[in-house]
Amino acid sequence: MTIESKYGVPTVALHTDKFDRVVHSVAATNGMGRLRQVFVPQPVMGKSARELRAYVDGNDPLTGRQVMLEVVEGLTRPFDDGDLGPAEFDRSTPRLVEPDTEENLHRLFLDNHWTDCLPIVLPSEERVAAMLAGTRRKPNEIVGRMRPTHFREAWEYTVEKVAVNAVMAGARPEYFPVILALAATGVSARGSTTSSMAAMAVVNGPVRHELGMNAGTGALAPYNHANATIGRAYGLLSQNLQGGSVPGLTYMGSQGNNYAYNSVTFAENEERSPWEPFHVQHGFRRTDSAVSVFTGCRSTAFTLGLRERHWREHVGNMLRGMDPHTPPTLLLDPITARQFIDRGGFLKMDALIDWLYDTARMPAGEYWDYQLVQNYIYPRATFGEEPWASKLKAAPDELIPMFRREDIHVVVVGGETNGYWRIMGCTYQKTVSVDEWR
Amino acid sequence: MKAKITVLNPAGFPPKVTRKELAPRLPTLEGKTVYLVDCRFDDSDVFLKQMQAWFAEHMPGVRTIFKPISSVYLNDDPATWEEIKARGDAAIVGVGH
Repeated sequence: MTIESKYGVPTVALHTDKFDRVVHSVAATNGMGRLRQVFVPQPVMGKSARELRAYVDGNDPLTGRQVMLEVVEGLTRPFDDGDLGPAEFDRSTPRLVEPDTEENLHRLFLDNHWTDCLPIVLPSEERVAAMLAGTRRKPNEIVGRMRPTHFREAWEYTVEKVAVNAVMAGARPEYFPVILALAATGVSARGSTTSSMAAMAVVNGPVRHELGMNAGTGALAPYNHANATIGRAYGLLSQNLQGGSVPGLTYMGSQGNNYAYNSVTFAENEERSPWEPFHVQHGFRRTDSAVSVFTGCRSTAFTLGLRERHWREHVGNMLRGMDPHTPPTLLLDPITARQFIDRGGFLKMDALIDWLYDTARMPAGEYWDYQLVQNYIYPRATFGEEPWASKLKAAPDELIPMFRREDIHVVVVGGETNGYWRIMGCTYQKTVSVDEWR
Repeated sequence: MKAKITVLNPAGFPPKVTRKELAPRLPTLEGKTVYLVDCRFDDSDVFLKQMQAWFAEHMPGVRTIFKPISSVYLNDDPATWEEIKARGDAAIVGVGH
């Protein structure tokens, strides 16, 4: 769109037909509703040159017209007045929904894609007022902006709007500062990506105990009210405050992701961790309360403990089982955290991360052939961006690091009923203060 | 009759939409230079090279240049857009999927 609107070059955009609604919607909300767009069948990925030539010679599956006729026309047929539309228009969001019965409102919220398809608490004025009492911030204060994907416009939201979604999730007012902090990250837990992302939220500091959050047995499971509803609120506020998360329009995750129901939200088990808490590793004090957000959560690896003889190989196998585009965050039960010290001598977290970085290697030829590496890393490498440009010089059978060291993280969580642990493939985004939102 | 209640709308605030100008179309592609811009997404390069072959066969008077963007599609690419503005007449960008 930039080349057409900013540089004045007549342009046709090509897409696969599955993206019909989303690309028309993105163009319209970017003020380019009449952008010339042509569609070919899905998929392009993995098709041979001959098969793709048939796409070129064939018809646009949405219009039934020849693809190349539409392309040539798109560059040469003048716009008429009907193509140009209004110069600008406002879109507003009313504060209140038209009064109705509870039954009808529940149906309306479901039909409007305002829920996660589970029952919600209707956000009455009384309930929202009670939620707002959980912070000293003013209801009309702007908290942030969010969008489901890079191409879409960011929507803005206030403290009151976040409170509405917190009520819907069933959260209690005392949880509200954590929920506001999550909203303030601007990181969506409902990304539109076809890869079906989910978010992960890790809470640190005194607020964990104040809210009775679970960092022990079953911390990642549906057994704690604060963990469950804070995480659910993060998902609901993301989909509603960013302007939707509707399959085919503002959500394109091909398979979807069950982690999205509560965004893998838990507290770190700081008391049983042998290392500094996660937020302290990221510039906060132990006495601060903070929440850290990660995105991805598509790939996981799992095992029990660290065996004396082959633990290095076992961990290496787990790391190589992850897609190399998304870095690893180890979620260690305290038993296994201490085993990493006993087996490997990693008294400092830095030493463990150094070892993980060095262990996660694969032949360069295999690494560069991963589709996501081709899509997102190879282009950056070819234009000289480090560390990938150096990796590109490796021979095909040379073992190269799969991840950047700074992208590897470790969080301690679990109740020590056993030493099970997992690797979550996810990208650390940021850590934000909860205290600022009290 | 069941009582009606008032609840708040959970949606955020969208920005105002301002129409952007679209570039004037060309009277013809004959004798023009058309950039085929590869957004570097899942075999888009293979597809665009087939489109380049189509132009060579069916519209040989059109000069085509295959041009991958400089990084990933998530980043703006002013160097490429400047090049197309300076040396080209039109662009076909794809394949979004």
